[in-house]
Amino acid sequence: MKTLKYIFAILILSVSFVSCSDENDENPGEPNPVEGLNKIYEFPSADHSVEIYSEKTTLEVGYNEISIRIKDMSSDKYVTNAEANWMPMMHMETMQHSAPHSTLSNSEESSVYKGYIVFQMAGNSTEYWDVTLNYNLNGQQITETRQVSVTEPADGLKKVQVFMGSDDNRYVLAYVNPKAPQVAINDFQVVLYKMEDMMTFPIVENYKITVDPRMPGMGNHSSPNNVDLTYNAATKMYNGKLSLTMTGYWKVNLKLLNQNGEVLKGEDVTESNPESSLFFELEF
Amino acid sequence: MKAFISVFPLRGMLMGWLGCALFCGTFMPKLYAQEIPADSLKLIQLNEVIVISAAKQLDHQKQRKPLSTLDEFLESSRSINMVKRGAYAWEPTMNDMASERLAVTIDGMQIFGACTDKMDPITSYVDVSNLSEAQIGSGQQGAVFGNTIGGGINLKLDKSNFKPTGWNGSLESAFESNNTMRVFGGELNYSDEKFYLNTDAIYRKADNYKAGGDEEIPFSQFEKYNFSLNSGYKLAEDKSVSATLIYDEANDVGYPALTMDVSLARAVIGSVSFNQDTLFGNFTNWESKLYYNNIKHVMDDTKRPDVPIHMDMPGWSETAGFYSQANFNKKKNHFFFKLDGFYNKSYAEMTMYPTNGKEPLMFMLTWQDVRTKDVGFYAENHISLEKASVKLSTRLAYHSNTVADDFGLNSLKIFYPEMERTNTRFLKSFSAQFHKMLKDFHLNCGISYGERAPSVSEGYGFYLFNSFDNHDYIGDPNLNTESSADANISVTYKRPTFEVTAAGNYFHVFNYSIGVVDNSLSTMTIGADGVKIYTNLEYAQLFNATLSGRYNISNAFKLTGNISYHRGVDNEGENLPLISPISYRSALDFYKNQFSASLSVDGAGEQTNFNPAYGETKSAAYATLSASFGKRFFINENDLFVKAGIENILDTYYSSYTDWNNIPRMGRNIYLTISYSIN
Repeated sequence: MKTLKYIFAILILSVSFVSCSDENDENPGEPNPVEGLNKIYEFPSADHSVEIYSEKTTLEVGYNEISIRIKDMSSDKYVTNAEANWMPMMHMETMQHSAPHSTLSNSEESSVYKGYIVFQMAGNSTEYWDVTLNYNLNGQQITETRQVSVTEPADGLKKVQVFMGSDDNRYVLAYVNPKAPQVAINDFQVVLYKMEDMMTFPIVENYKITVDPRMPGMGNHSSPNNVDLTYNAATKMYNGKLSLTMTGYWKVNLKLLNQNGEVLKGEDVTESNPESSLFFELEF
Repeated sequence: MKAFISVFPLRGMLMGWLGCALFCGTFMPKLYAQEIPADSLKLIQLNEVIVISAAKQLDHQKQRKPLSTLDEFLESSRSINMVKRGAYAWEPTMNDMASERLAVTIDGMQIFGACTDKMDPITSYVDVSNLSEAQIGSGQQGAVFGNTIGGGINLKLDKSNFKPTGWNGSLESAFESNNTMRVFGGELNYSDEKFYLNTDAIYRKADNYKAGGDEEIPFSQFEKYNFSLNSGYKLAEDKSVSATLIYDEANDVGYPALTMDVSLARAVIGSVSFNQDTLFGNFTNWESKLYYNNIKHVMDDTKRPDVPIHMDMPGWSETAGFYSQANFNKKKNHFFFKLDGFYNKSYAEMTMYPTNGKEPLMFMLTWQDVRTKDVGFYAENHISLEKASVKLSTRLAYHSNTVADDFGLNSLKIFYPEMERTNTRFLKSFSAQFHKMLKDFHLNCGISYGERAPSVSEGYGFYLFNSFDNHDYIGDPNLNTESSADANISVTYKRPTFEVTAAGNYFHVFNYSIGVVDNSLSTMTIGADGVKIYTNLEYAQLFNATLSGRYNISNAFKLTGNISYHRGVDNEGENLPLISPISYRSALDFYKNQFSASLSVDGAGEQTNFNPAYGETKSAAYATLSASFGKRFFINENDLFVKAGIENILDTYYSSYTDWNNIPRMGRNIYLTISYSIN
């Protein structure tokens, strides 16, 4: 009886060993660092290629998380010391301007340069966006400008607001999270930039944005336990809570307050005023 | 507690005895019944038994309105009032407490309605055709059926139970003029000492009813049918198995007091039992049952004009359970033990269709697949003393609720971020009843303590709209266990020709759970006035008193009457909702030579203690007059019974405190019932 048990144990062990090694055979390399992302552009050059990835299938107006990989053709490897940076630019008929964007960082994954850009508007037949990339490749400084297409979101929902505050400053407010809203208290995240001039968009710190989600299709009711958005120095974003009591179309009414509590943009939602002039839209 | 005796005269002593005999047959060993004068034990056994069975010829003559709905039968009880949201599916209340504070079972089976808005009390899933009686226990006297505060009601199914009657069948039909209700029913039974099979079917269809003054109440129609099968087989002299299957479906049910109707309310109820006369030598009447029921309820607003937003609100409730019970006798101690348990799944959703068709559907779970587990142990000891008796009883139960659906759990966490998925409680109930006979006086008194867990709606309801107070309701999973200490007393003076009973009870309910307005919340329902959260009040007090009497004028004529007073206040002295004003009922019954007649008056005083915060308005005093006539004919071996009556003879326009949103009650109604039974 005892020997039987041992035989069983050995059998089970050996089976698990075999299965382990099988898995290893199937996945010899590291997990794919751009798993789940869409490659939306690939810009080939003679000795290297630049790949641009996004969670979405296109670049859209609003907040876009973008991952960039540079492939060195000679070694067939992705570059990890490119020290990449970027600059988006909108070319309008009479002028050009940039867009709020983060720096590019490869701290999470050495071969992937991640960052985000908040596109304020879509391109069209006469106006277009391009992105200028600067990076090192084998000790060479390379600058490359590529035109990209930016479209209005397919769902047509407002996820970015460009507005003049009551302090006569121009601001850009963009929706970041939740990407997949749920009937729950969602972690709400936005980014807020001031437009100092056409090229300069510094992050605005320590303001406050009040949150009042409403369902216009259902008597414009609200939801409880929302938390106003406040600045988080670590993420350089504004974090709050967004509670959604059911699926459907929600208008998230917002009010931007400066450090002195003065309202720069947006109004309270009341019986007579069903919506704020500062808002995001959600559907799920 | 309203003493057993106080209610008997109303339905006639004969029926009472019958009910008692049936009841004791179930719960009391035969030996016991022989030992003790039947009278004394019944007095504190149950408070009331309403005989329903239309099949028993004996009862027909005493019933003023056979083939009336079960709701009307229950309404005729002294202890029960029915909250009405229309002509169908009334909600029983007892001691001024409704569903969540009562234990309502069908043949001992726990069944829970699938409607978040209480449009389907479980009493709506059976019909008079398959019931023999309703057993009613006030306060903790109802704890035998489950955890309760206000009391328990068990609807006992009608079974032949191996009586050697052979084949018999009957056909029944009824018509009511007011809402052109048509009732057709029939049953076919076979029973011998080894085997029985009872089958019955009933169909009812009613159009809108008219209130006094010929005012039509739109959306008060209904249609329902019910089939049932009961069968038993004797395995041996002292062993038998039995099974029950009920299918009940209602369609096109209007709820004039609500904003929605019902397109489907369907129940499938089944059980198998094993019965054995003795167990381990000392135990007797051992009965064990396994049961399952499945309810689907679909609300419908498509026939309503001008709905602000179209909604679908289906609900499902599924329960599986068991019980096993036996008696144990030792000299003067008569024990009854019962082990029971159930597992319920309650799931309800709400989909709203936006006017702008491009927007996605609005969806929420109003019951989040809440799983309720309950295992309980009930024991009672009935001790016979000299001209007196004492009954001690207890129920101890483990009760837990789990939110199984993640979507639902997350949505509840919007309100209760810290809530746990599972909530467990231990529920206790204790009761002591004392009965003493002093010459012509009977004294009954008792004290008890009981606890109950919140209902699914109270614990987990998510934006449930209550049209009574026009508020959305949100449950609270952290509600405290509600408990009640109650005392009851009744004194009966009984002579052969007359008797008078005065009875009263008092409930001190701790952690009374009720909706309290939270002004910080925004209403979900378009047009609602606010949002209420189920909250524990520190305490509430309920008091009920009745005075009832019976006088046998002659062998043929009998006069009965009853007047009751009710009061319910919260810890701040504010009135609780749905508390009856002074109400009264009196009847003169005649019975001779297979001919019966009755004249009765029903009424209530002005509702002075009402509470606008719960949407109540003062309901005015009213009285209605009704009469009935019946005659039984013998045709060969068979029986033809004809009964006709007229209700609300004066066509009074009225509504009582139980009428949801004060919808007026039915005006003058003439009914005719014919039943023909083939023996």
